[in-house]
Amino acid sequence: MSAQVPIAYYLILAAILFSTGVAAFLIKRNIITIFMSIELMLNAVNLTFVAFAHMWHQVQGQIFVFFVMVVAAAEAAVGLAIIIAIFRSRQTLNVDQINLLKN
Amino acid sequence: MNLAPNVLALLPEYILTLAGVFIMLAEPCLKPGSSRKPLGWIAILGTLLAAGASWFQLGFGTVHAFSGSIQTDAFSIFFHLLIAAVVLVTLLGSLEYFEGNATHAGEYYALVLFGAVGMMLMTCSTELLMVFIGLEISSISTYIMAGFRKGQAVASESSIKYFLLGSFATAFFLYGIALAFGATGSTSLAAIAVGLGTTKTPTLAILALAMMIIGLGFKVSAAPFHVWTPDVYQGAPAPVVGLMSTAPKAAAFAVLLRIAFSGFPSMQHRWAIMIWILAALSMTIGNLGALLQRDVKRMLAYSSIAHAGYLLVAFTAFPVEGISAAAFYTAAYAAMNVGAFAVITQVGGFNETARTLDDYRGLATRRPVLSGVFAFFLLSLIGIPFTGGFFGKFYVFSAAIGSGHIWLAVIGLINSGVACFYYLRLLATIYAKPTAEASEVAPATPVSVPAIVGLTLATVATLVLGIMPGNTLWLAQYAGTSTMIENAREQCAATPNNCQQMPVPMERR
Repeated sequence: MSAQVPIAYYLILAAILFSTGVAAFLIKRNIITIFMSIELMLNAVNLTFVAFAHMWHQVQGQIFVFFVMVVAAAEAAVGLAIIIAIFRSRQTLNVDQINLLKN
Repeated sequence: MNLAPNVLALLPEYILTLAGVFIMLAEPCLKPGSSRKPLGWIAILGTLLAAGASWFQLGFGTVHAFSGSIQTDAFSIFFHLLIAAVVLVTLLGSLEYFEGNATHAGEYYALVLFGAVGMMLMTCSTELLMVFIGLEISSISTYIMAGFRKGQAVASESSIKYFLLGSFATAFFLYGIALAFGATGSTSLAAIAVGLGTTKTPTLAILALAMMIIGLGFKVSAAPFHVWTPDVYQGAPAPVVGLMSTAPKAAAFAVLLRIAFSGFPSMQHRWAIMIWILAALSMTIGNLGALLQRDVKRMLAYSSIAHAGYLLVAFTAFPVEGISAAAFYTAAYAAMNVGAFAVITQVGGFNETARTLDDYRGLATRRPVLSGVFAFFLLSLIGIPFTGGFFGKFYVFSAAIGSGHIWLAVIGLINSGVACFYYLRLLATIYAKPTAEASEVAPATPVSVPAIVGLTLATVATLVLGIMPGNTLWLAQYAGTSTMIENAREQCAATPNNCQQMPVPMERR
C-alpha cells in the first residue's frame, strides 16, 4: 500500500454531498427530486461513517451504515406510498401546488 | 421473579410489539366493514400491560442490557409511563373516531403501538444507534398516521410534509452522530462523554452536537425548525395530532436530555447557548404565530411550538434540576395537550366539521360539558394555578432563575402573558352567543364511553399535576438523580483517577 487517500478527502466529499442534498431539498420543486436529495444526504452520512470507521479501526461505524441503509429502505417504501397517494388526489407532484394547508 | 436483564429492560416494548403484530395479523382476518373496535381494545390492553411492566421495572433500579446499549432507569421509566398514558388516551378517543370511517382502522391501532415502541426505545437507549432506530420506528409510524384520513387531500398533504421534513431532520441527526463518532470513536453516550475529554478535534464535536440539536429541534418543532408543524397538525386527524404533539416530542426531549446531560456534559457551555437561542425563538415565534391563527388546530400547533420553547428553558438548569423540571413539564404538557386534542376529536368528528374559531362560536350552549373540559385544558395551557400547566411553568422558570438565566425566564414570562390572549380569545369564542347559522349545524353526537374515560384521565392528570404534583415531581427528581449518578459511575469507571473531581449527585429525596 503506497499512496493511500487521506481521510480528509472522504470527509470533504461527504460534506459536499450532504450540502448538495440540503441545497437540492430547499431548491427543488418536485417531490420525487426532494426525496432523492434526502437519500443523497443519507448516503453522505454513510460515507462519513465508513471513513471514520476506517480511521478509528472500528467496525461500529460500518454496522451503523447497514442500519441506515435498512431504515432508508423502509422510509422509501412509506415515502413512495405517500407520494402515490398525493399524486392520486392532486395529479401533481409540484410542491408549490400542494398548498391547501394555509391560513 | 428473576428475569434476564435483556428481557426485563425491554419488557414494555416486547408487550407492545406483540400486541401490535397480533393486531396486524388479525386485521385482514376480520370481514371488511365489520367493527374494528375489538382490535382497539387489544391495543388498549397492550398499552395498560406495557405501563404495568414499566411500573414493575421501577423496583429494579438501573438495569443495563444488550451490551450497555439499553439502560432502564427511573428516567426511562418516567417517560415510558408518560408515553403509555398518552397512547392510552389517544386510543380511547380513537375507538369511535375511525369506526366506519377508515377502511383498515386496525392498522391504525397497530401503528400507534409500533410508534409507541419506537418512542419508548428512544427514551431508554444510551447508544446512538438504538436512538436512531427508535426515532425512525416512531417517525415512520407517525408519517402514516398523519395521512390516515385517506381520500382527503389535506390528509395526504399533511403526511407528505411531515415525511419530507421528518426525513430531512433525520439526515441532520445522523450526520451529527457520524461526526460525534469521528470525534470520539464511539456512538455510545457514555463513551462519547469520556472520549470528549481526550478528543483532538473539539470543533468536530461541537459541529456534531449542533447537527444533533438541529435534527432533534425539527422533531420537537422548536423554532426556527418549526415550519412543518402548523401544516401537519392542521391536516392530520385530531387524535393523531394529540398523540404526535406529545408522545414523540416527549421521547425526542428525553433523547435531547440524554445527549446533552449524559453524552456532552463537558460541553455544557456550548450547548447551553444553542438551547438558549432555540428556547427564546420558539417561545416568541410560537406565541406570536398563534395570535394570527383562525384555525383552532393550527393555533394549538403554534402553541405547541411555544411549549417546546418553555421546555427548552429547563435545559439551561444543568444538571439535576434541569432534568426534573423538563421531565415534569413534559408530563404536564402531555396531559393538557392530549386532553385538548381529545376534545377537538369529539367536537369535530372524523370529517373535522369544526375547524375555525367561527365553528367554535357558541360551543358552550351546544356541548356544555365538553366545553367546560376544553376550557380547563386551555386554562392549563395558559398556566393558571391549580392546573398542571402552572406547576410545569413554575418549576421550569424557577430552575432557570436558580441557574442564573434570568433573562430567559423573563422572556418566558412575557411570552406566557402574550399566550393568554389567544387562549382566552378561543375561550371567549366558545362561551360567546352562538350565531344563527352555527346553531343549525349542530348534529352533536354523544361522546362515547371510552372517549369519556380518556377525557377524564387527561383531566384528572392535569388536575392532579396542578394540585398534588408531589408524586410526579418525586419521580421526575428521582429520574434526574439516577441519570446523574449513572453518569458519574460511568465516568469513574473510565477514568478512576478523576473520581474525586466528579460533582456529587443529589441524594434521592
